[in-house]
Amino acid sequence: MSFLSSFNYWAVIILMMIGFYIIIANNNLLKKIIGINIFQTSIFIMFISMGKVVDGTAPILNEINTLYSSPLPHVLILTAIVVGISTTALGLAIIIRIHSAFGTIDDDVLKKEME
Amino acid sequence: MISSNLPALQVVLPLLAAPLCIILHNRKLTWILTITTCITCFVISCSLLNRVLIENTITYSMGGWLAPWGIEYYIDKLTAYMLLIISAVATLVSIGAKESIENEIASDRIYLFYTTFLLNLTGLLGVIITGDAFNLFVFIEIASLSSYAIISLGKDKRSLYSAFKYLIFGTIGASFILISVGLLYAVTGTLNISDLSQQLAHTENSATITTAFVFFIIGIGIKAAIFPLHLWLPDAYTHSPSIVSTFLAGTTTKVFIYVLIRFIYSLYGYEYSFYLESFNYLLMIVACGAIVYGSILAIKQDSIKRLLAYSSISQIGYMILGLALITELGLAACLTNMFNHAFIKTGLFLAVAVIIYYYQSDSIKQLSGMAKTSPLIFILFLISGLSIIGVPLTSGFISKWYLIKASIDAGYWFFVLVIVFSSVLAIIYIGRIIESAYFKSEENRILIYDENRKTPYLLFFSLLIFTFINIYFGIETTLNVDIAMQISSDLINK
Amino acid sequence: MNNQLLIISSLFIPIFGIIFILFFKKHSNLREVSTLITSVALIYCIYSLLPQVLDGLRPELELLRITNNLILHFHVEPLGMLFACIASFLWLINSIYSIGYMRANNEKNQTRFYVFFALAIASTIGIAFSANLFTLFIFYEFLTLSTYPLVTHKGSEKVKRAGRVYLGVLLTTSICLFLPAIIWTYSLTGSIEFTNNGIFNRSHQPLIIVSLLLIFAYGIGKAALMPIHYWLPSAMVAPTPVSALLHAVAVVKAGVFSIVKIVIYIFSPTLLSEVTSVNFLLYLSGITIIFASIIALRSDNLKRRLAYSTISQLSYVILATALLASISIMGAILHILAHAFGKITLFFAAGSIYTATKKTEVSQLNGIGRAMPWTMLAFAVGSLSMIGIPPTAGFLSKWFILQGAIDIQSWFAISVIVISTLLNAAYFLPIIYVAFFRDPDTKDGYLYNEAPILIVLTVLSTALVSIILFFFPQIPIELISLLIGEGL
Repeated sequence: MSFLSSFNYWAVIILMMIGFYIIIANNNLLKKIIGINIFQTSIFIMFISMGKVVDGTAPILNEINTLYSSPLPHVLILTAIVVGISTTALGLAIIIRIHSAFGTIDDDVLKKEME
Repeated sequence: MISSNLPALQVVLPLLAAPLCIILHNRKLTWILTITTCITCFVISCSLLNRVLIENTITYSMGGWLAPWGIEYYIDKLTAYMLLIISAVATLVSIGAKESIENEIASDRIYLFYTTFLLNLTGLLGVIITGDAFNLFVFIEIASLSSYAIISLGKDKRSLYSAFKYLIFGTIGASFILISVGLLYAVTGTLNISDLSQQLAHTENSATITTAFVFFIIGIGIKAAIFPLHLWLPDAYTHSPSIVSTFLAGTTTKVFIYVLIRFIYSLYGYEYSFYLESFNYLLMIVACGAIVYGSILAIKQDSIKRLLAYSSISQIGYMILGLALITELGLAACLTNMFNHAFIKTGLFLAVAVIIYYYQSDSIKQLSGMAKTSPLIFILFLISGLSIIGVPLTSGFISKWYLIKASIDAGYWFFVLVIVFSSVLAIIYIGRIIESAYFKSEENRILIYDENRKTPYLLFFSLLIFTFINIYFGIETTLNVDIAMQISSDLINK
Repeated sequence: MNNQLLIISSLFIPIFGIIFILFFKKHSNLREVSTLITSVALIYCIYSLLPQVLDGLRPELELLRITNNLILHFHVEPLGMLFACIASFLWLINSIYSIGYMRANNEKNQTRFYVFFALAIASTIGIAFSANLFTLFIFYEFLTLSTYPLVTHKGSEKVKRAGRVYLGVLLTTSICLFLPAIIWTYSLTGSIEFTNNGIFNRSHQPLIIVSLLLIFAYGIGKAALMPIHYWLPSAMVAPTPVSALLHAVAVVKAGVFSIVKIVIYIFSPTLLSEVTSVNFLLYLSGITIIFASIIALRSDNLKRRLAYSTISQLSYVILATALLASISIMGAILHILAHAFGKITLFFAAGSIYTATKKTEVSQLNGIGRAMPWTMLAFAVGSLSMIGIPPTAGFLSKWFILQGAIDIQSWFAISVIVISTLLNAAYFLPIIYVAFFRDPDTKDGYLYNEAPILIVLTVLSTALVSIILFFFPQIPIELISLLIGEGL
């Protein structure tokens, strides 16, 4: 029962761990960026699902519905998504320059190049 | 009108100036714009500090939306103190930036340097001044994203990889902070920091609150490069353009330690933070680890920048140690150290920037005999170096004195040993540079002093001011220590 | 001039002199003249303070208030006055000697030498006049830093290593032990001012007092208490005037001076004499005296022998202080004075021999007295003072120390003094003997003459002062009696 009642958190944790695993385990810088994205998405889902109130509707003021879901997390996540996209864009831009400077985007090779 | 909107202007000015730099595009104009903005920010922070010393706190509601619904800027003494440090460092660094930047960044990217520099400043000031937890996250990301970009601007291609590494670490850290904010919101339904702290005081402790706390500490630990979460820092400082390392070393980590203090002392309250989970012991262990680890690794480095980066890790340890003591004096020692270290480390990095300007290298071995060819740089570096060691009459001594005194008063003799031991290690790593520069050994020397270079007057000017500050605050301590004492007594006896 | 101005000028005259020295760096004669004028001016300032201190005045000066407790504070009391007199007077002599020595040996970077020498003297005056532990510590560290370029003057690889030992030992001990001891003192008593009758009292646990004293004794590495003495022999690589500075004028003297000052003004001998376990200092210094003398006996290098002799003589001062009787403390302070003049004579003589003959080993000195009679005569006087034979100042100080030891019936101290006197004689007298009475090695016959006149004159003058002090010790003794009257 408790598992089902908080299944959204389980989804978040599983997604987060997948993202985290990709960041740590993958040598390809591009895939690391993908990992970061999955990681961040899990957090977005956490926020959004948090705002849901059982039986609540969209927060539009009318006379029939008195129970609303909280709109604030959704708004916050809009900002967070923008931040996430900027991070991705910057990461990709750096990867392009790494590729043109080193000729590779493999983490192990790059680590050797750094010395 | 203007005076009531100062808190907003503090952040908005650099934010507006940043895109203006792109429009101006011209090297000289952007530089002048940057300096003007920084100086204005500095003046604003001075007047804010002045007001706060009288009024205690200032709150400012963004767009007229009152807290806890709208975003609130909250300024107390601690905030104003930090604003002053950051804007002062930014001003001085930006004055010297021009000459060093033209040497180390491709000329068609110089305007981008100023843009990112201003954005970074916006982020840092915003982090300090905001009273809203989510807004805090946004500013952290502004500061971080711009610092990834600014690090990658250098001609050295290794700066790209360092920037990427920092990006991965930094994003994870920021995401952890976001999780923490989300969980706190789930428990209390508010994002305003003052409101949060009141709500938390009335809420029964739950696993969610503890989880939020842990996520937050880890996230901020990565951002502030607290050992053992410091892995991004040495590379980022070593390979980025010298002025960038100068600015980052003086500001970024300190701002995140400020956030740590805010969360521990204002938001959660130190009773919760420390006594519940014996968290202070963990911090103490971490701090001692940082102090010793940073100093030992600093000794092994050949690149001066990298050496200074490790020395920063150990200095961060000092700050953490101070705040983990949970005494008024300990917290004051932490704040004083933040103030002093911001100027000492910036001064040292700036001296390295001048060295790189003349010699195109920061390798200790290759710089042997440097004292002969450029005595002024050598002396200025020496003074800041003595300050990092903690020689009396320099500001470094004051912070160490208070930290040792705080440890003795709190009864932790072990920390005295740690601090003293790391001071000795500091003598060794600074001594290595000094010895190599002071004695000429021709066989090691590969680089030649470039006499034909134009003297970088502005760079020297800001270096001189930093050195002056290092000595001044070792002699006259009313500004840093006295305010730090007031802040810490406010925070502890709240 | 009023007293505060005199204190300020004593501190800043050497700094002022540096400006002139740097200004005339291209004209070596003018540069040397500015050093001499500076030192004469310093002597004038210090000696104008002397009559007032004898009259019972205690001039004070608060230069800087960093925080409420960290104050740069100066205070002229008899002990510091005596030390300042010794240091400033010997600076003049040493400068004259340096001019002869540095020129005769064609040393490089002479401007740098004079600059740091003046800095070292300024720090020494700061130590002498310090009114609290913080001020003492600051100038103590400055002295270490400013003498480093002097010790490493020659700049070779070997010298660099020696410099590392010098700086390493002195800075490490001061930061690891001296500074924490100061902060601990502050934490316990809330004060770090030098006060008559001490700032500790009976409410403090004996164990804490003893451990603090131990930390101070080792934290002040300049006092060269074994086993942290080895920086002193390794600093022998420096030019002779620098060795004289280290051994006679400033560095080691600053060490024992600080210990005496801390014992008198921080702990107070009365309090210490109630704590029985404080005897450890007596034993440590006694052991140092004997061991250092034995090592001196076995070393052939003349300067090394002198260095170990210094280590043993320094421990005399500590031993005499640790006896805690007022008469032995008098002896301790007198010994600082006597040793200063004796040891500087010996070092000057060693430098004179080196300048004239480039000889450094004792075994090469056969018959040298015939070639350099004046130098060796001075050497003989210096040796007598070290051993403690009249008519030299060394006899007086040893007499007082021995009297103190007999008064409190410390058989350990008495036997140490007796044994070490025999050892001193055993390593000094043979040098004099071979120098005058043995035939020179055939291969270099009588080729040598005396060293340059400046050098010989200074050697003789310090030797003469050693003798004069034996006959006219009134002023130092009067100063010390004042001190004992107030402090004990």
